[in-house]
Amino acid sequence: MNLDFFRLMLPELFLILIIFILLIIKIGDFVKQNTYLINIVNILFVLNIGAILLCFNNGELFSGMYISKSIFSFEKLILVCGSLIIFLLSHHWLKNHKHLAEFYILIISSLLGMEYMISSGNFLMFYLGLELASITLAALVNFDLEKKKSSEAAMKMILLSAFSSGIMLFGISLLYGTSGSLDFDVLKNSISANKLNIVALIFVFSGFAFKISAVPFHFWTADVYEGAPISVTAFLSVISKAAVVFVFISVLSPLFNNLYFLWNYLLIGIIALTITIANIFAIRQHNVKRFLAFSSIVQAGYILLAISANNSIAQSSAIYFIIIYLFSNLGVFAVVSAISDLYNKEEMKDYRGLYKNNPMLSWALALSIFSLAGIPPAAGFFGKIFLITSGAFTGNYALIALAVINLVISLYYYLMFIKKIFIEENEYPIEKLKPGLNVYLAISTCVCGILIIGFIGEIFEFITRLFVN
Amino acid sequence: MILNITAVVPENVIIFSKLILVLPFLSFLLLGITGISKFKNYSGIIGITSMLITFVLSAMVAFKYFFNFGKAEDVFQKILIYKKEWLSFSENISIDMGILIDPISVMMIVVVSFVSLMVHIYSAWYMKGDKRIKVYYSFLSLFTFSMLGLVLASNLFQMYVFWELVGVSSFLLIGYYYDKPQAVAAAKKAFIVTRFADLGFLIGILILSYYSQSLDFITTIDRLTSESEFYNNSIAASFIGISALTWALVLIFVGGAGKSAMFPLHIWLPDAMEGPTPVSALIHAATMVVAGVFLVARLFPVYALSSYGALNVVAFTGIFTSLFAALIACTQTDIKRVLAYSTISQIGFMIFSLGISGIGGENGHGYMASMFHLFTHAMFKALLFLGAGAVIHYIHSNEMKDMGGLRKTMPFTNLCFLVACLAIAGIPPFSGFFSKEEILAAAWQSNKTIFFAALFTAFLTAFYMFRLYFKIFWYIEPLKAKAKSEGNLYMIIPLSLLAFLSIFAGFVPFNKIITSDGKAFESSFHFTFSLLPIAVAVTGILISLYLFKSKNNKPAIISSTFGSLIKTVRNKFYIDELYIFITQKVIFSLISKPSTWIDKNIVDGAVNITGNATQTFSEKIKKIQSGNTQNYAFWYISALIILIVIFTYMYY
Repeated sequence: MNLDFFRLMLPELFLILIIFILLIIKIGDFVKQNTYLINIVNILFVLNIGAILLCFNNGELFSGMYISKSIFSFEKLILVCGSLIIFLLSHHWLKNHKHLAEFYILIISSLLGMEYMISSGNFLMFYLGLELASITLAALVNFDLEKKKSSEAAMKMILLSAFSSGIMLFGISLLYGTSGSLDFDVLKNSISANKLNIVALIFVFSGFAFKISAVPFHFWTADVYEGAPISVTAFLSVISKAAVVFVFISVLSPLFNNLYFLWNYLLIGIIALTITIANIFAIRQHNVKRFLAFSSIVQAGYILLAISANNSIAQSSAIYFIIIYLFSNLGVFAVVSAISDLYNKEEMKDYRGLYKNNPMLSWALALSIFSLAGIPPAAGFFGKIFLITSGAFTGNYALIALAVINLVISLYYYLMFIKKIFIEENEYPIEKLKPGLNVYLAISTCVCGILIIGFIGEIFEFITRLFVN
Repeated sequence: MILNITAVVPENVIIFSKLILVLPFLSFLLLGITGISKFKNYSGIIGITSMLITFVLSAMVAFKYFFNFGKAEDVFQKILIYKKEWLSFSENISIDMGILIDPISVMMIVVVSFVSLMVHIYSAWYMKGDKRIKVYYSFLSLFTFSMLGLVLASNLFQMYVFWELVGVSSFLLIGYYYDKPQAVAAAKKAFIVTRFADLGFLIGILILSYYSQSLDFITTIDRLTSESEFYNNSIAASFIGISALTWALVLIFVGGAGKSAMFPLHIWLPDAMEGPTPVSALIHAATMVVAGVFLVARLFPVYALSSYGALNVVAFTGIFTSLFAALIACTQTDIKRVLAYSTISQIGFMIFSLGISGIGGENGHGYMASMFHLFTHAMFKALLFLGAGAVIHYIHSNEMKDMGGLRKTMPFTNLCFLVACLAIAGIPPFSGFFSKEEILAAAWQSNKTIFFAALFTAFLTAFYMFRLYFKIFWYIEPLKAKAKSEGNLYMIIPLSLLAFLSIFAGFVPFNKIITSDGKAFESSFHFTFSLLPIAVAVTGILISLYLFKSKNNKPAIISSTFGSLIKTVRNKFYIDELYIFITQKVIFSLISKPSTWIDKNIVDGAVNITGNATQTFSEKIKKIQSGNTQNYAFWYISALIILIVIFTYMYY
């Protein structure tokens, strides 16, 4: 144990520190007002971002169990920034919650689990991180304590997530059985194309597909998103998904590199199913959260498209897209959560005539939706271009054509949403919202992100450089 | 013609030239986007101030360029003073945003910012009391920004971007009186016609950049004028017997012809006179319409050295349009339309003058003359339009029949108008004489047919301009009393400045500063040669004096003698009708209607089928999303089993 330990594991240690501070505050009941607690956590997160920025290091700890790379640090940075935006945007909900400290402890633990997952160098470590992330998430889904739907969603989530973990664990044990090790380094070389390994790959993969909610492992998504508090939905659809994609890129792809020819086909099938079926479902949703659930499934499908290429450019573009997706989706969530928290309205039809009283918020929402739909000049357009071109490098043009057709279909429901906001009449449109400084901060961050990121090619180059290092 | 010796650019010139672009844009943003009602009363001040600074900076850049750093070894350099890569397509081809200064761009920024400044000032008087004055000024600023960006562009594509921006601002300003249906129609017409031309421009750019592997002006010109592989490839590739390079240059010229209203794409310009008169002065007389001339001049080495065919197209389009428009101008009765056709005719002069020019020294006479005429024309034509604006402001009509005898009531306007008419007719020592004389001299040296056609056009020019002048200011007995004042200082300052320049701009030694190869040459000025043009112009003036000095029936007699001929010309050779016939009878009925049918029945049908199928399918599968956890787990495990079966079998 030397200074390396602190240097390399700084992102995680900082989160643990925050958790402990929160625990002490909770037990000692030091902070009576929620607003103070919110501010404390926000400041700690800003410090955390600073700390991560300082430690873009390469190295490993615990004999290769924990790996730190600059690209991992960058990914953690994205996750932490996203979480901070979520804290900001759900300010109103947080302020009135009775068990705020627990909420924070759980959500930060989940984040911690994800960070360990990203940095893991061993299946054991990886599995611990995964469970830490998903069990706390299930508890978080239940956090609208008086709502029945919330409990139902949490129940579904914990059951299905235990189910998928079990299958994944089975797959891991098969790998252990064939190679006698859980170390990624060892496994990387010993995995070969025998049937046992293929089954193991599919089992492990299904666990990932479940987390990223790819069709046909996606069924939990809509119900859980609908039942969960909006901040948790945002966390699930952005942070949790981003973490799994990161793990996929930096852990799973190199690990199963020997079986690339197989999981390439696997992915192609899954992608085709995901974008098509989720699109079809998204068209007929009436609840905003369910709508966003399906829309996020479609977006995940597009991310998988880039991953299927399995080269560093494609993977960089996946990470680049994640950043854009984070801003766009959180931009939508910021407005949706403001409306839900203040007026308790979550149906699509409630958004008719939103523009009348809330022009600025409507524009922010519209911009975010444009970005999700991939309409220039919003950043989503550039992100999609990168994804699709890197997907095209595999030479699978049928899939690309399908993806493009689905882009058009998704345009339909995104634009229908925008039409509701700007054109359709409503007898009782949503009144003027005053969501407060924190939400405005979140919204303006997202809007700036959407407007700026697409035009700064340097970000993409920066990510590519991190990959090479 | 790349010049490897790069001159040292002073730091402040770089800053100035960036500011030249930034200031009008800021003023556009300030007036157009921020503060819906805040600056209403100050919009004129803001616009004029920013334009004044822009003009001063442009003048300083020009001064420094011509007298300080522009020359290296007695040759004016093309200097790329700023470059930022914006989008890169491949290693070679990228769209840059840059600033390229050379004699013509420096001259153009001075012209654009000066005329724009004059128009800004004049508008404070002309548009006074207009409700949307703020919008008006913001559009003017947008236009000036785009035009300056166009002339400073260092890259073909950058130029194209600004080219389109210029088109947009022209569209906005023509349709400024959007409650007038004619204005809206004219705006649409201008937009659509130039859009067709721009399509040609774009294709030309793509071909050119494909063969030169660059979008950058300096590199493109260099590669396509020397014996390089790029040049050989572009010459070797051919389509219908014409080399790719010629195609590219002709297509690019089509874009230029659209903006510069060359036949047969000239039809939008007369209609564009529906916009406010100061706008016509700025956009449709002095600056935007010469963009086509500027474009050809910018790529001139490629035209002159590499494609004789394309250059001929340029020359004959120019001379034909020039003559054609001058004929029409003789018969029009709307004073702004007369000026519009006169503009087309004069731009024709600049274009054919480029078309007959060679490159280097005395051979480049036409190039120099063209630029010279562009410069002087901007001054006197802006003056003519602003003067016409003053008349229209006074009379509240565009028609000649409502005018006449205004020389007593509008003495100042009368004087300015007379100066401008003398200048455009080519009477020494007014500026138009010198530039037109250079053009005619260049034509004499290269092509006698063009020379005589041009001479005849010059005669027509003198005739119709003085017809206009006499019809406005003489014709009937002047009214005695001065009913109301002509205008305030905001009107007098621009007119006097422009009048001053219309008189003296001819003494600028263009053969020393703006030449095809950057080197000064001795232009041979023979007074004996210029006697003929002067005589022709004077004849034209005398004929109009005879016909239009006072009210008489001579014009009526003439027009009844020539009957149908005059009618044809008055109806602009039925070109508009031809367009309408082609679009409505041919394109609409033969192409549009069938495509509409296909669209309605086949495409829409397919979309509807897809939509219905999607709906039905989603009805069918909605049961899967049952909300039942056991079912979800069931689907999970089935999917897993299916995958395992497929993949383990696929392996063997």
